[in-house]
Amino acid sequence: MIRLERITKIFNKGTIDEKVAIDGITLHVHKGEFVTVIGSNGAGKTTVLNLSSGTFAPDEGDIFIDDSRVTNLAEHRRARYLGRVFQNPLMGTAASMTIEENLAMADLRGQTRTLRWGVTKARRGYYRETLEMLGLGLEHRLKDSVSLLSGGQRQSLTLVMVTLSLPKLLLLDEHTAALDPKTAQLVMDLTQKIVEENNLTTVMVTHNMQQAIRYGNRMIMLHEGRIQYDIQGEEKKALTVEEVVRRFGAKLKDEALLG
Amino acid sequence: MEISSLLRTIPISLEQGLAYGLVAIGIVITFRILAFPDLTVDGSFPLGASVVARLIMEGVPPIYGILMAIIIGFLAGCCTGLLNTKLKINSLLAGILMMTILYSVNLRIMGRSNIQLLTVNTLLTPLENLDVNRFIPIVAFFLLVALCAKLLTDMFLHTQMGFAMRATGDNEQMIRTLGVNTDKMTVLGLGISNAFVALSGALVAQDQGFSDVGMGIGMIVAGLASIIIGEALVGKKTVQRLTLAALIGSIIYKFIISLGLRLGLAPTDLKMATGVMVILALGIPAIKKGKEGKLHLRGI
Repeated sequence: MIRLERITKIFNKGTIDEKVAIDGITLHVHKGEFVTVIGSNGAGKTTVLNLSSGTFAPDEGDIFIDDSRVTNLAEHRRARYLGRVFQNPLMGTAASMTIEENLAMADLRGQTRTLRWGVTKARRGYYRETLEMLGLGLEHRLKDSVSLLSGGQRQSLTLVMVTLSLPKLLLLDEHTAALDPKTAQLVMDLTQKIVEENNLTTVMVTHNMQQAIRYGNRMIMLHEGRIQYDIQGEEKKALTVEEVVRRFGAKLKDEALLG
Repeated sequence: MEISSLLRTIPISLEQGLAYGLVAIGIVITFRILAFPDLTVDGSFPLGASVVARLIMEGVPPIYGILMAIIIGFLAGCCTGLLNTKLKINSLLAGILMMTILYSVNLRIMGRSNIQLLTVNTLLTPLENLDVNRFIPIVAFFLLVALCAKLLTDMFLHTQMGFAMRATGDNEQMIRTLGVNTDKMTVLGLGISNAFVALSGALVAQDQGFSDVGMGIGMIVAGLASIIIGEALVGKKTVQRLTLAALIGSIIYKFIISLGLRLGLAPTDLKMATGVMVILALGIPAIKKGKEGKLHLRGI
């Protein structure tokens, strides 16, 4: 699905602030995998997502999606492969536009935008059906501006937008971190449901150890720009917080990780 | 002041308000839709006037002159967009640069600092020769043009491409991850905006009977004042309201200006008065609520 080959990313290269964010990582994510990525602040979690989605290019190494090389492909040209949900609920939707307009934009992920009407009658029915599964009543508010929604509602809408035109790879960037615990749980349940129903290949970055252990079928721990541990299969299923702390406790300086 | 005197300012306010309303629609597209503070307008307005004046003097039918003004205005806007997106020049500075460059370009196009059009046939000549009060056909004409511009803008902003443009101003990161080249949208939006502005310049030159290289000075501020007045009256929640606000605001702005003149305001003080109007409109909410003004803009 997506392959990162010997990737290195250095920020502020050649200056006093030089920082090796990613240090020669090789990571293959296979079709249908749900990978959780955990690590302390500055471990390179978000950088991995940014490199995958093309926010910036690596200094060394290559990135492949389905065997086509995308290392230097601009962000907007990778869009048809990727769906991404950000930590900040405000980032996934256009606030001044309506719910149905946001859905219509997501509907055309990676396609050329023409002078046809943005929202068509036929698609509107489909949007309504899709929103119904959220159970938030948004299906009755298609023409409401997104600025009227709460953070949790906006994050749920972003997830629905991702599923409209199923991407090959779903990137979740601490997408529940900015929500209150109850809403975070709702959004996480929804994520699980969407990923399972569509068999989406997913990479989820999280700050929350319990989340990383509970969800997904593979867990990667990053530390100082390298993959420290890569746990999958039965071993991942049997994993508990206590065990992780026992095995890797020394590296878990960041207490928030255990939250 | 007598009521009759007040009423007499209405036709002229309508005429000018609608003619300059195209500038306000252009500014809505940049400032409001794209959140791009485009200052090209002060140069692209006289650009449209210069192009149409020169071509009419060369014997080109006015309608072709107007089409050419629209095209060249579009290109001028695109240039500002390219300075910003390709050369990474700050949005405000990119507009100032183009505005300055266009001053020379406009002098080149006209070959002098102004061209009189009173004695030649313009697009408006047939309307002015009708056997009715001059204002009726002229106001009707500008109303038609302004409404067409409003409707076309509304329609465009509800197409797939229009959505992408609105999202570029609203949430650039989001629409880029959905596969839109936001640089292209910025360039296109600036082009469309300045095409409207140049069209306005081309029509105003024919309406007032001359083109002058200085006729664009303060156009941005006047346009902003119009938009702010309009939004206060009709709101700004939807695209349709934004464009309507531009037209209505423009008419009321011109009405306030002609009132001011009748009450003894010197014509030379107009730009200061307009500037103060914008400062008050943007500043009062900040003083009241301790919040910043209502203009959300990218790149500054």
